[in-house]
Parts: sequence; C-alpha cells; structure tokens
Amino acid sequence: MPKKEKKNSLLKILGLILLGLIILGFTIKTFLHGHNVALFNPKGMIAHEQLRLMLLTAGILLAAALPVVAVLYFTAWKYRESNKKAKHEPDSRHGWLLNAVIWLIPGIIAIILSLIMWPATHRLAPQKPIAADAKPMTIQVVSMRWKWLFIYPEQKIATVNYVQLPANIPVQFELTADDAPMSSFWIPNLSGMLYTMTGHSNHLNIIADTLGDYPGRSGEINGAGFAGMQFTARVSTAADFKSWAEGVRMLDTPLDTTTYDTLLKPSENNAQASYSSVEDGLYDTILMKYMNAGGHDHTGHDNAEHGAHHE
Amino acid sequence: MKEFLIGRLTRHALPHEWFTIGGTAAFVLMAVFVIAILTWTKRWRWLWNEWLTSVDPKKIGIMYFLVAGFMLVRGGLDAIMMWLQQAISVDGAHGYLTADHFQQIFTAHGNIMVFFVAMGFIFGLINYIVPLQIGARDLASPFLNTLGFWLYVAGVIMVNLFFVLGGEYAATGWLAIAPLSGIDFSPGVGVDYWIWSLQISGIGTTLGGINFIMTILKMRAPGMTLWKMPMFTWGSLCSMVMAVMVFPLLTATLFLLFFDRYFGAHFFTALGGGDPMMYTNLIWMWGHPEVYILVLPAFGVFAEVVTTFSRKRIASYTSCVLAMIGVSVFALSVWLHHFFTMGAGANVNAFFGVMTMVIAVPTSVLFLVWVATMHKGRIRFDTPMLWFLGFVAVFTIGGLAGVVLAVPPADFQLHNSLFLVAHFHSNVIGGVLFGIFAGITYWFPKITGFKLNERIGRYAFWCWIVGFCMSFIPMYILGFMGATRRLDHYESSTGYQPFYVLMLIGGIIIAIGVALQIVQVIASIIQKKRDTTGDPWDGRTLEWASASAPPFYNFSSIPQVTSRDAFWEMKQQGLPAKKYEDIHMPTNTASGIYIAAFAFLAGFAFVWHINWLVVVSIIGIIAVAIARTFNEHTEYTITAKEVKKIEEDRQAKVSAYRTKDNRPDMGLWEFIMVVLKFFLDAVRSKRWRTR
Repeated sequence: MPKKEKKNSLLKILGLILLGLIILGFTIKTFLHGHNVALFNPKGMIAHEQLRLMLLTAGILLAAALPVVAVLYFTAWKYRESNKKAKHEPDSRHGWLLNAVIWLIPGIIAIILSLIMWPATHRLAPQKPIAADAKPMTIQVVSMRWKWLFIYPEQKIATVNYVQLPANIPVQFELTADDAPMSSFWIPNLSGMLYTMTGHSNHLNIIADTLGDYPGRSGEINGAGFAGMQFTARVSTAADFKSWAEGVRMLDTPLDTTTYDTLLKPSENNAQASYSSVEDGLYDTILMKYMNAGGHDHTGHDNAEHGAHHE
Repeated sequence: MKEFLIGRLTRHALPHEWFTIGGTAAFVLMAVFVIAILTWTKRWRWLWNEWLTSVDPKKIGIMYFLVAGFMLVRGGLDAIMMWLQQAISVDGAHGYLTADHFQQIFTAHGNIMVFFVAMGFIFGLINYIVPLQIGARDLASPFLNTLGFWLYVAGVIMVNLFFVLGGEYAATGWLAIAPLSGIDFSPGVGVDYWIWSLQISGIGTTLGGINFIMTILKMRAPGMTLWKMPMFTWGSLCSMVMAVMVFPLLTATLFLLFFDRYFGAHFFTALGGGDPMMYTNLIWMWGHPEVYILVLPAFGVFAEVVTTFSRKRIASYTSCVLAMIGVSVFALSVWLHHFFTMGAGANVNAFFGVMTMVIAVPTSVLFLVWVATMHKGRIRFDTPMLWFLGFVAVFTIGGLAGVVLAVPPADFQLHNSLFLVAHFHSNVIGGVLFGIFAGITYWFPKITGFKLNERIGRYAFWCWIVGFCMSFIPMYILGFMGATRRLDHYESSTGYQPFYVLMLIGGIIIAIGVALQIVQVIASIIQKKRDTTGDPWDGRTLEWASASAPPFYNFSSIPQVTSRDAFWEMKQQGLPAKKYEDIHMPTNTASGIYIAAFAFLAGFAFVWHINWLVVVSIIGIIAVAIARTFNEHTEYTITAKEVKKIEEDRQAKVSAYRTKDNRPDMGLWEFIMVVLKFFLDAVRSKRWRTR
C-alpha cells in the first residue's frame, strides 16, 4: 500500500474516533442536564472530601497514564511497517536503565498515592465521630426485607423509608439488619455506603450542609425487593427537624410489637411511614436477637463497638 | 417411596414459564440437530474415538474453544436481556422480567462469563499452545487433562440444567454472598445448581492447574531453562500456580455453604453462631486471584503478539517475568478491597488499599515493557495487533478506575455502583476477552492450517470497540449518578433511562461484532488461505517450528533449545535437518468422561436430595478411578518409520497447495453471495429433491 494512502487512513481513523467521542460526550452532557449527578453533587462534608479524594487520585493517575498511552500509540504509529525511515533494531538489548525507569515510575506513583490514601482513610473512616460544635445526634437504621426502618432514640420516634436530619449537626447512623440478607446503606449525596448486617452494628458518621431531599437506597443485592428498597433523606434546619419530630410524636401510630412484626414480613416497594413512639432499646433488642441464639460469648455492647475493634 | 426415588423432584420442576420452555426447546432443537447430523454422516464412532475420548491437548483445546464460544453467545444473550429490561423498566412499567428472574439472569451471566467463557478459552489456549511452546508432545498427565475438561463440561451442563428441571437459577449475584444464599433467603434449587456447577468445574480447574504446573516444570525441551520460556508459558505458569493455591479455597467455601443448605449447618448463617462475613472473606480470597488467573495468560498472549508483530525481541524479559510473578504474588493479598464497606477499621482498609496500589506497579511495568518493545520495531497491524491496541485503551480506563476504587474513602462512594461494574468489565473484556481474541487470531493458522479472514476480523474489532464505548462509558456516568448495580427497575426522575438505552444500543453493536466473528470463522473456512509453512507470522517461539496444524505428536523430533525466542534463533542459524525417532504417546481414554458423568450425577442428586443416587455416583467415581489404575496400556509407540511416513505423506499433501496464497480476503458482501449460492445450489440439486 502506498505510504500516503496509509497516512490518510490513519488520520481518518483518528478523526472518526475523535468525532465519535465528541458526539458521545455531548449526548451524555445533554442527558445529564437537570439530573442529580450525586457523586459530583456533594451535600455534606464527608461526600465533599470523598469527591475531592476521588478527583485527586484520578488526576494523578491520568497525569501519569495519559502520556504513557499516548507514547504507546505514537510508538506503534512511528515504527509501522510502511515507515521505512524509522530505525529497526530487532535484537537491541535494553540495559539496566530501562528496567530502573519502568519500575521506578509506577513505583513512585504508587508511593505518592499510598501517602495520600493512608491518612485520608483514617480521617474519613466511617466509624470516626465528626468533630463539630453542635452536639451529635444518633439515628439507628435497621434494614429489613425490603425497607429501611429509622429509629430516633433521642426523639423516641421511628420512620420507614424516610429519614429527616438537621443540617450542620453531626449524625451518627448506627446500622444493623433484622431477618434480612446483608444490605448496604447509601445516601450518595451525603456520604459513601456501609453494610448492614444482622447481629452487627456498623457506625456511619456524616454531617450534611445543604437543605434538600436526597435519594438513598441499598447498594447490596438482598433479594426480590432490592430495587424498590429506597428511601428519602431530607436535610432540614435544626428548627424544622425539631418541629417535624414533634409532629410525628403527636401522631397515634406507635411502633408496637404487632406493628414491628408486620414490618418484619417481606414486602416490596413500601411507602413511607412514621411511628409516634418506639420502645426503649429496640435497636439493642434487635441486635441481641442474633447474639444470644448464636452462643457468642461477647455482649451486645461489645459488638456495637465492632468498628473500634479493628482500630 | 417416591421421595426416596426422585427426592424433591416434582412435576412442578418441569418447564412451565416462557423462558424455561424457550430454553429447553432451544436445547432440544440443538441436540436434535447435532444428533441428526452425526447420524446422517455416520460420525458417532469417529466423534467418540477421535474427539471425546482424546487425550491430545490440542483436541481438548479445540473442544474448550467450542464450548466456551457457545457459552459466550449464551452469556451474551443474558447481557442483552438485562440491558433490554433496564432500558424499558421505568416508573410503573417493571419491564418484561420479574425482579427474581432479572436477578437470576445477572447471576448466570457472571458465572457463565467467568467460569465457562473466560476460563474455558484460557484453558483452551493453554492446552493447545503451552505444550507446543515448550517443545513437549503431551502433558504430564493426559488423563487428568481430559478429566478436567469433562468436569468443566459437566459444570456447563449443570449451569444450564435449571431450564429443564427446576426452573430457577440462583438470584444472588455471581458470588452468592451469604446469608442471601443461605436456605432461609434462597430456599429454591437455584443456589444448589450454582454450588454444584461451580464445584464440579472448579475441581476440574484445580486438576488442570496441577497438570500444567507439572507439565511446564518437568516437560520442557532440553535446553529450555525457566529463564528461556516464552512469555505465554510464563503467564500460564503464574496463572496455574495461583489457581492451585486458591481453587481449593473455593471448593472448601462451597462445601461449607452446601453443609449450611443441605445439613442445616451454621457456618454462614446469621443465627446459630454462623458468620456471613466469613463467607465474604473466603469467597473473595478466591475471587480476587481468580481475575488475575484469567488475565495473566492474556498478558502472555499480548507479550507474544507485540514481539512477533514488532519483529523485535521483548524489551526486558526479566522485568516482564518479574512483573508477572509479582502480580501473582500480590494478587493473594488484596481481597479485602472488595468489601472496604463491610465495616473494617481504617488500618485494615488502608493496608489493603496500599497492597492494591502495589499490585498496580507490576501491571504498569508490563505496559512499559510493551512500549519499549515496539520502540525501533517494524510493526505490522494484523488483527492480533489491533486487539492489542484496543486492549491498551480499554484496559487503561478500567485499570485507572480500579486504582481509584482502591482508595477506601473513594470506594465508599463507588462500591457496588455501576462505576464498579463498568470498571471490571473494562478489565475483563479489555484484558481477558481481547487477549483471548488476539490469541485465537494469532494461533488460528497454527490450529487449523489456514489464516483467519483479516477483513471481516477488522469489522468485528471495530464493532467491539464502538459497542464497548457506547455500553460502558455511560455505565461509568450512571455510577457517578448514584445508580447501584443490579437494578431491575427505577424512577424516570433519576434520569437513568437514556443511559440504559445507550447501553442497550452498545450491547447490540457488540452482538453484531460477535456475529461478525462467527461469520469471520465461516468465511475463513470457505476461502481457506492455507499456511503451508507452519510459520505464517514470522514467529519467534517453538510452536511455529511445528507444522500447521501440528501432527498429533507435535514434533517429529524434540527441538534443542539454546536461547530465548528459540525458533527465531533457529531460523537465523538454519533449521536443523529432520530426523525421526520412536514416539511414545498416551492412549485415549473414556475414564474422564465416566468420572465427570458420575460427578455430574452426584451434583444433580445433591440438588434434588436424591440420596441413593448420591451414594451410587460417589461409588461410581471411586470405582472408575480405581479401574483406571489397573489399565496398563496407557501408552503406545509410533515407530520412527511410521513417523517418517506420516511426515512424508503430509509433505506431499502440502506441496499440492498453493505455496503463496495472495488472494484478497473475502468481504462481507462476497460472503453473503457465497452462502446464498450454496443454499440455492443445495435446493436446486436433483439429489436433494429426490430425497
């Protein structure tokens, strides 16, 4: 094949690839318009930090990898068969310098990333309480088939598939499950996910900074009702939160044993619900159900500190 | 009595839903078709003697390709079904699949693609190529090899059997995480089919791994030290060592889950002292190395392709080998990065994050070695090289996404999202599957004696690339939008739908690519551009020293190796004169088939609680294995005279072919015309009408 023709066909291929990517990019941009790109739309400190870390890592990686990939394609093109001007040294032996370079470059990048990652992992550990002026509050979460039960131990109320939390106040979610496979508690606008498991209490600390409604769901497959197991997280002002909690307490819908047993039965695409009262220590009772039956010798409290165990 | 005879099988287990009826009908039709052709052409005995009972790794390799290719279409169909569901199941419309059925499909898709497509193709390549590359005539244990293959086939049948009996597959995700896979949450037979298809094929993999380690370590041609082995053999060795280390772990884990389900044990249950988190750890201790088991041989393929098509020795053999060994060592210490989100403390998470960064180093080294190899090379862009260039782009995207996922705080946001799914598809499709395609295209002339059609191959390549970008770039974006994997329906307000539609279109383009690959193979058979030299690409390693296709004994005399790139060196110094010697070859055996059949029956009996059949099958396995040890005729000898005759006959046949076949490759249009003409002729021919 004549050389000129080959070069043109290469340009054609490059042009087509570029054109395709541009069209795809614009299509995606159009489709995204007006929708919640949750990971790039953080509404709380943890999600902010997680995004920052993600972008930083990706930036370092791209800065290192893009030139390598570009050089690879350029080399492939430069030493193509039809380019008779390029050198051909079929038996050239590369010395220690090449070996040093190809191990050192990725090695150094791995070290840099590890140095960024190690402290960040500790700083953003989900079980670590968030330091703030305001007094932190606790919300207990029980995943069931296939709904989320939220218990407010301080307000003594409970909700299903709806959680309201005050802005700018650290919230500790205590996560467990009852008679359900592992699920994963995730409000992408506010923070990353954490697993919920029977007999275990995982702690997820967050703080929200912007008012609004944010979608939450399970990240882990847990059976037929998985896709419909969604909830809304409403971030409100502290005052609104207080009056909302008051309002729920005024209702006449206690979460008694019968109601709880009904909740425990598998059901799909559940509506939101609010419960005006909840028995003391319900969360611990749920945890203990799986402790006593198992012959574990440690107490429920020990296990509630599960996260700290690993520290 | 009935319970004793057929366990829990009832009439209800027979197909009665559209997909089980459809699946069963499809299998029955295919079986009838195959049986009809075999009977018509009187090929039953030939099939049994020449193929099914064969211990020739080349024939077993080809059988692996055929089964894995079939399963690729089967698993691809699953992918299209999932994407179709997700493209239309918005708001009130819940698509055309129930949630449970949808979950079964993605579980089956994952199992099929990893165990029966990727593993099948990789084992096929290793079977065919490794003995040739190391200058061996067969494997250390030809019997273990046929046994391993038939156990794999038993697994394939088991994973499809639910269409016919039972009507449900596991709906748990491809790793069947506990306690969802426990008897409480998954009471049906689906998970049991999952357990036994993986168990049986997994034991086959362990046996295969042992066999190939022995073969590579003990049966190399004289002079080929470990440090003179070709890169594909190195990749295979590292991969098989890992397989032997971790597959027993899978076997043990599956047994524990089976005990939970069958005998009511409490290893992984929430109650009764079990610990589901143990299951997650155990399954990923196997599951993470598994992906490297798949990708290392693929890296080996790319190393061969880059050196051959650059016409240059590999830039740094030592670094390349060390990188492969490094990957296989570190692969054993990163499993926890699959569940940073389970709640371990920061130190544990950070440690496994660092290990994951570490494993990215040798992987990057391989890329840099390939760049240096191309430098000052003379590069041809035949389709194997195209697959390599496609691999670089796709695998890099996936690899970078993987390193981002290795940062625990970032992983908390990305885990189990579609970003993660896009990441591992980039690596498995870009790395493993493209590697397999490159390998098959590269070695196709060696295997069949004629080259693959380059022209249609290029069309297929571009379909794969375009389809891949359309499917998986939107998938990364969906991950950013907070879409989790495995959603069978969602609200339109999320804005997911256009992306799912894009993914479906991309999937259809990939399907066209697969169709073109099938066309490519058929067109190549029609045009038959023969390779009379045995060395169509100007290759460097020993497999090119034998004829295309190699005789069943591979080499008439075992080559003497003096350096790396042994065949290249021989070509420089002049090929040695042919000499003939007596050759000992293993005899065919059906024992492997019988053992695999009994293993299959045992698995089936466990699924349906047919206890007498369990006992009978296990006794059967032991009896066949013992009977096999009394067989003293496991080898036969071909005298030098016979070898000479075979070689000369072959030479005479080959010289009748055109030595230089410069016909251009058949295009698509030409292919359609040829096929049309073939059918028209068939219809017109009188012979047909009188029948």
